[in-house]
Amino acid sequence: MVPLLAPTSLDNCLTRNDWICGLYYSTRAGDLQTALVQHIGIVLASVSLGLVVAIPLALLARRYRRLEGIIVGTTTAIYTIPSLALFSLMVPFTGLGHRTVLIGLGLYSLTILVRAVLDGLDAVPAEVRESALGMGYNPRTMLLRVEVPLAVPAFMSGLRVAMVSAVALTTVGSILDYGGLGNLILEDPTFKAQVLAGSVLCVALAVSLDIVLVVIQRLLTPWTRA
Amino acid sequence: MNGVVSWFRDSSNWHGDYGVPVLFGQHVLLTVTSVVLAGLLGFPLALWLGHRHRGGVLAINITNIGRAVPIVALLSLFSLSILGSGYLGPYGRSGLSTLVTLALFALPPIVTSTYNAVVEVDADVVEAARGMGMAELGVLRQVELPLAAPLIISGLRLAVVQVWATATIAALVAGPGLGNIITRGYANNQTAEVVSGSLIVALCALLMEIGFLGLQRLVDPRRRSRVGTMR
Repeated sequence: MVPLLAPTSLDNCLTRNDWICGLYYSTRAGDLQTALVQHIGIVLASVSLGLVVAIPLALLARRYRRLEGIIVGTTTAIYTIPSLALFSLMVPFTGLGHRTVLIGLGLYSLTILVRAVLDGLDAVPAEVRESALGMGYNPRTMLLRVEVPLAVPAFMSGLRVAMVSAVALTTVGSILDYGGLGNLILEDPTFKAQVLAGSVLCVALAVSLDIVLVVIQRLLTPWTRA
Repeated sequence: MNGVVSWFRDSSNWHGDYGVPVLFGQHVLLTVTSVVLAGLLGFPLALWLGHRHRGGVLAINITNIGRAVPIVALLSLFSLSILGSGYLGPYGRSGLSTLVTLALFALPPIVTSTYNAVVEVDADVVEAARGMGMAELGVLRQVELPLAAPLIISGLRLAVVQVWATATIAALVAGPGLGNIITRGYANNQTAEVVSGSLIVALCALLMEIGFLGLQRLVDPRRRSRVGTMR
């Protein structure tokens, strides 16, 4: 009997399970791209979701100080729950799919972002508020024209934390087959080339998004560079 | 919900190598060991740096790096390379890799909080202590450490909660611990098991958080003196 494939033809860096493997990158470039795009999509969608909920909650907490303890306390309690457990606890309500991952990650960024908005607004000096009131600003225009711009630095540092954490946490979503680069890492945790590629891309994505946010912050606050 | 109740009442879930007591033991043991390891390394370093008011850049960046690295990535890389995925006594499968990964994730909150806590002690108080003739070690031990205690405990709380969560995720990479109940539930399509495992993990995390908040209040020297003057 002649073997269907000569053993020598199977000796490549994929079958040897090398850490760095050119053949892996040339044959699986598509997989890598799909996972990366999915990862970016999950991060942006969940942080946006967190932001949409966090801003009204933070404004509510500031308006009614009695609510502040409840809102901050509840979001902190959610943040304490390990991600794998939080996703899993939501499964009976949100199903075994995308929704669970997005809402779960959104809840984590919610905690960071509510704090960030509150910290940002608290960072506005009282004198500035008084001057604005003296100049005839009403509460709404003061919030939009005076407080929001001055709150940008503290808020942006919170947004950076939320974004970077979301990049790392998204990998856990692979338990629901929706984890971006985490899917690559956990598809076969013994496939060295793929584990390394997924891990490196994940950290690179976190660093890149962080840099983008730093640039945006600098553009939004030109007065800090005077 | 009925499924969850019957899962908790099913005695087979409470016995054997993958029963709750064994996995819980692994989980607690992993958490305690890795936080102790990280503390042995992190506390002296951060206390000294904070006392000397040096190394702030390190203290901040170590946290940022810790946040950006996904647990599954680090754990997979470790168990595939130098640390291996073998059994390590009571720590279970991939014990050494899991332990090192967890200790690395416990380090940033400990170092950053301890450093900030010591740096932020009122400079006048430290000055006064030196003026009274206290030696450097005395200043650190009798002035800076008590005043920094609440923030240091808060860092310890972050580390413990973080490690507890990280240890849960370890099960995704065939590590030990309570996460195995959750991953087993997914593998067998048993939502009740998934939810039961998650409930155990989440309730423990919340209880630890509450316990540490109490401890934090207990060690606050300013609170104690307030209570003292009220009497």
